Order: sequence, then structure tokens, then C-alpha cells
Amino acid sequence: METKTKFDLKLGMATREAFGRALVDLGRENKNIVALDADLSKSTYTHFFAKEFPERFVECGIAEANMIAIGAGLASSGKIPFAASFSCFAINKGFEQLRVAVAYPNVNLKVVGTHSGISIGEDGPSQMSIEDLGLACSLPGFTVLSPADEVSMRALVFAAAAHIGPVFLRAGRPKAAIVHAADQHFEIGGSVQLTDGKDLTILAHGLLVAEAIRAQEKLEAEGVSVRVIDMYSIKPLDRDAIARAARETRAIVVAEEHLVASGLGVRVAQVVTETHPCPMEFVGIQDTYAESGTPEELMEKYGLVASNVIAASKRVLGRK
Amino acid sequence: MIKTSNVAELQLIAKQMRREIVEMITHAKSGHPGGSLSAVEILVTLFFDVMRHDPANPKWPDRDRFILSKGHAAPVLYSVMAECGYTPKDQLNTLRKLGSIYQGHPDVRFIPTLEASTGSLGEGLSIGIGMSLAAKLDQRPSRTYVVLGDGEVQEGQIWESAMFGGDKGVDNLVAILDYNHIQLDGFVNDIMPLDPVPDKWRAFNWHAIEVDGHSIPALQAAFAEAATTKGRPTIVVAHTIKGKGVSFMENNPKFHGTAPTEEEMEKALLELA
Ligand SMILES: Cc1ncc(C[n+]2csc(CCOP(=O)(O)OP(=O)(O)O)c2C)c(N)n1
Ligand SMILES: [Mg+2]
Repeated sequence: METKTKFDLKLGMATREAFGRALVDLGRENKNIVALDADLSKSTYTHFFAKEFPERFVECGIAEANMIAIGAGLASSGKIPFAASFSCFAINKGFEQLRVAVAYPNVNLKVVGTHSGISIGEDGPSQMSIEDLGLACSLPGFTVLSPADEVSMRALVFAAAAHIGPVFLRAGRPKAAIVHAADQHFEIGGSVQLTDGKDLTILAHGLLVAEAIRAQEKLEAEGVSVRVIDMYSIKPLDRDAIARAARETRAIVVAEEHLVASGLGVRVAQVVTETHPCPMEFVGIQDTYAESGTPEELMEKYGLVASNVIAASKRVLGRK
Repeated sequence: MIKTSNVAELQLIAKQMRREIVEMITHAKSGHPGGSLSAVEILVTLFFDVMRHDPANPKWPDRDRFILSKGHAAPVLYSVMAECGYTPKDQLNTLRKLGSIYQGHPDVRFIPTLEASTGSLGEGLSIGIGMSLAAKLDQRPSRTYVVLGDGEVQEGQIWESAMFGGDKGVDNLVAILDYNHIQLDGFVNDIMPLDPVPDKWRAFNWHAIEVDGHSIPALQAAFAEAATTKGRPTIVVAHTIKGKGVSFMENNPKFHGTAPTEEEMEKALLELA
């Protein structure tokens, strides 16, 4: 018997490229948009913006902490700056500045971290970002977004610009499967339910949303009814969607390309324990740094593919 | 390993290393050829002539330390370490592959004889200063050598360590600036010019020496001068050419982080024959 798939999961652009293209369109609409980069504009795709609006592009050189604080100054003077680098460098090197010059005074800076997770592949752990969501979410007042595909990234770049306050947008290096309809609505604090189900809910963000869909299709074929939700808004969380999933499906799996110890999973667990406690399982990077390899090899080795989501789903069903 | 001060012999090893660098990055299909090729003479001179170290006794406490702060140039370090006998030469072409000891950036978990894991720019000079301070505390003769990129020195931490090193008189430390004028997004002069480089370091109480970074005798003389300089750390400002030795890579920003194709590798190997 053939199961009809609802999602063709066609490869779209990388979310970093979708960010770079959306930023140009945003820049055309609003001349207060400014972009900053730290010698990675070809990789973060801010070079599109730099080409069209050279006077509104600030190349900071390899100096991420300086970039974040310059961005804070621009924001405090009415600009809407988007500061981009690899996620690890923007967040880690800029963390003190994000804390004291951005979060604490609630400055309107947008930080874009590309090359998140381990799917950057061959460059290895020094350029990988597996702690960024934990760090960004720890900053009071920060909005933290992790789009899964080009559709949601584009919408969330515009949402980030419209929101007054600091935002961290997480982007990936590899091309990402398209999981959303072109007219899907996205908002800060929202989520998108991609499939409905009654036996369990899989919550995911970033590249793991497509893996969750692949897992859901296999599980449905085995007679398990699975709800899949794209939790692109890591902070604030869509508490209602989580509480409803916990109440209605009584089992939750969270899947993400981030350390399990400090990512979406622990934040969801907090909401679940506060509302409708139920068994949970977590798919993510364990307490380790990865290594060099192809993105596919690393996602497999570090347990971030559909088969891991399926195994976690079976575990959680067994605990129901 | 057989150490030598003979310039012709060192030049031969340098040429061999350039071939290895081009081959391993081509096989990996990703990596950073430009900044690896610009630093070849610096590393050959240090590892085969200047530094006191012993691949047969790699944790010898009195050894000199080497840190490739610009860790993306890992291929030049892997090739010199393999030539010295620290690591297997026949595995160089596994660079960046899953399970290879030759990780995308130097990783002490995979090669324990490395002195530091690098790849996030701006940190190596501070780590090197720490090693030099430890040598002084232990009254050991160890000296520390740190290779920096010219884009890398835009990091604020470099200037914190510059101020510290100058103030504390860490004279058992030598920084080498691979001044190849290109970083990732393009030319250093278009992004954030550094000049006057030696004056900046002198203002921080460093002894600064400018050399042709592809001249082995000039590098040998500079390291000898650094060894006799007391009370201050030394920076060797090495004027280099990014992509040195391969005509189509020389001074070409494209080859900062682009692997050569198979055909380009063949062309390069002919030039390096
Ligand atoms: C902190 C940090 N920011 C950004 C990068 C990404 N990056 C890798 S190489 C590079 C350019 C380095 O230029 P340079 O120091 O001049 O090196 P070289 O020319 O010797 O290759 C950049 C920006 C990084 N590795 N670390
Ligand atoms: Mg350079």
C-alpha cells in the first residue's frame, strides 16, 4: 500500500540565503534598515544588501563584539540594524555586548546568526553553533526565532523588523526543504501545526522540522497518529499550542539541531510541567562537540535525522 | 626528524608542503588554500630550524610551543607536522573527512600533539602568552610562537593581548603576522586597513621586525633577533602573498576559502614540480 505524502519536501534555498534576499526587499521598503557584518558577508548573504545599499552597509571587519555594540548604537539612534555573522561568533564573541548594550537597555538590534548547528559540515566545531539558542534565550527581553525554510525565514525577517526590541534570528548553511505553504502566516510567539494527530506531538525547529515530517509519515504508515508543529518562535513560546498538544496527545517529542541541555526542549518541558505533564523525549545534540564531516554524515552520527525522531517517538509512546 | 638550517633544504620541504596543501584541499573539496600557502616559509623555518621540539618526545616540557591562531590555515600546519613525523603523511588526503585526524580546524582531541584548538579568530595570542607566562613561572627555556592573520588582528582581543604582552615583557613569545593583505570578504585595505603595523606594536612596547615572509634567510634572522631581544615580546611582520606559489591563486581573494578543482590542482602541481 502506498501512503500519499502531503509534503514533497522540495529543497529550497538555505535559510541564510532567504535572509539575505529578504533583507534587500526590507531595505527597499524602509530606509532605516542597516546591515552590519564581520567579514562574512559572502557567507551570511548580507552581500546582496551591501551591493544594493552600500551606504547602509557597515563592514566591521573580524570584530564581532565591536559589531554588536556598534549595532546597539545605531539602534539607539533610530536605525533598525541587522548584524550578521556565523551564529557562534555573533552570539559568543558578542555576548557581553548583547547582554549589557542590547538586552538590558532593550535596544532594537536584530542579530542574525548563520551556520547554526552542526550541519555546516567540514569546518568543524570551532565554527559550529550548538549553544546559541540557550545563550540567546537566557537574555531577558530577547525574541529568539529559528525558521525552518525559506518561506518562514522571509516572513520572520519582516516580523523581526516590525517588532520593537532585540531579536535573534537563527539561520542554517545547507539548503533547506520547504515545509510551509507560500501564504503561511508567521508571527513572533506563534507556531505552525503542520499535521494533526492524536497519539503524540513532535515539536521541532530549523532543519529538524523536515525530519519530523519524514518521521511522521513513517509513523502514520505504522498506524501512529502524529501531530507535527514547527516551533519557530523559541522565545516567546506558543504556550497554548504546547499545552494543547500535551493535553490532547499526552506524549511529546522535541527535535532540534542544538544541545538538548539548553535548547527548545527544556523550554517546552517547562510549559508541559506547568500545564499538562506528560512523557517527553528529546532529540538533539548530547553533551558533546561534533567534528568535521559532510553535513549528512554529521546529522546521522549525532542523532539528528528522522530515524532518531522515530525512535524517540516509540520511546515516548511506550511511556504513555 | 632531521632539523636543518640549510636554506636550499628548507626550500625543498616548503615546495613539498605546497604540493601537499594543494592536494589535500582538492581532495577535501573545501578548505582555505590562500592563507595556508602564504604561511609555508614561516612554518618550515620554525619547525625545521628554529623551534626546539622533538616529535619522538612531543610532550617534552622544555619544548617550544607553536600556535596557529588563524586556525583555518590548518593544512599548512598538518603538512609541516606530517613532514616532521608527528602525524601520518599518508592520511593527509583524508583532510576534513569524517573520522580523520586532520579536522577542518586544528583540534587537540584528534591530534594531541597540537598545542591548541583554534578556528575562532583572535584567541591564539592570549593562549600563547599564557604558555609563555607558565614557562617563566617554571623557569623553563620554552619559547612560544603564534601565527596571526592580518584579518584576524581586527579582533579586539588581539589588542588586549598586545597591551598585556608588551606591559608584562613576555620576551619568550614571538608573534608572526602573515601580512598577505586579503581576508574573507576581500582586501584588508578595503575592509579595515592595518597600517602602520610595526608602529602600532611598537607603541605597545613590542619589538617589531619587518621581513619578506617568503625569504627563509630573512625569517631565520628575524627569529634569531627575537631570541636575543630581552624585556619585550617580538612581532615579526611577515610580508607575504596569499596563495603564494600557485600563479592563479596568488593575491586572489577567491582562494581564501575555495578548494581548487581537479584541473586546477593538476595545473598547480605542474607549477610546483
Ligand atoms: C572569530 C571569527 N570570526 C570569523 C571567522 C570566519 N573567518 C575564517 S577565515 C576569515 C578571514 C581571515 O583572514 P586572515 O586573518 O587575513 O587570514 P588569512 O588571510 O591568513 O587566510 C574569517 C572571517 C572566524 N574563523 N573566526
Ligand atoms: Mg589575510
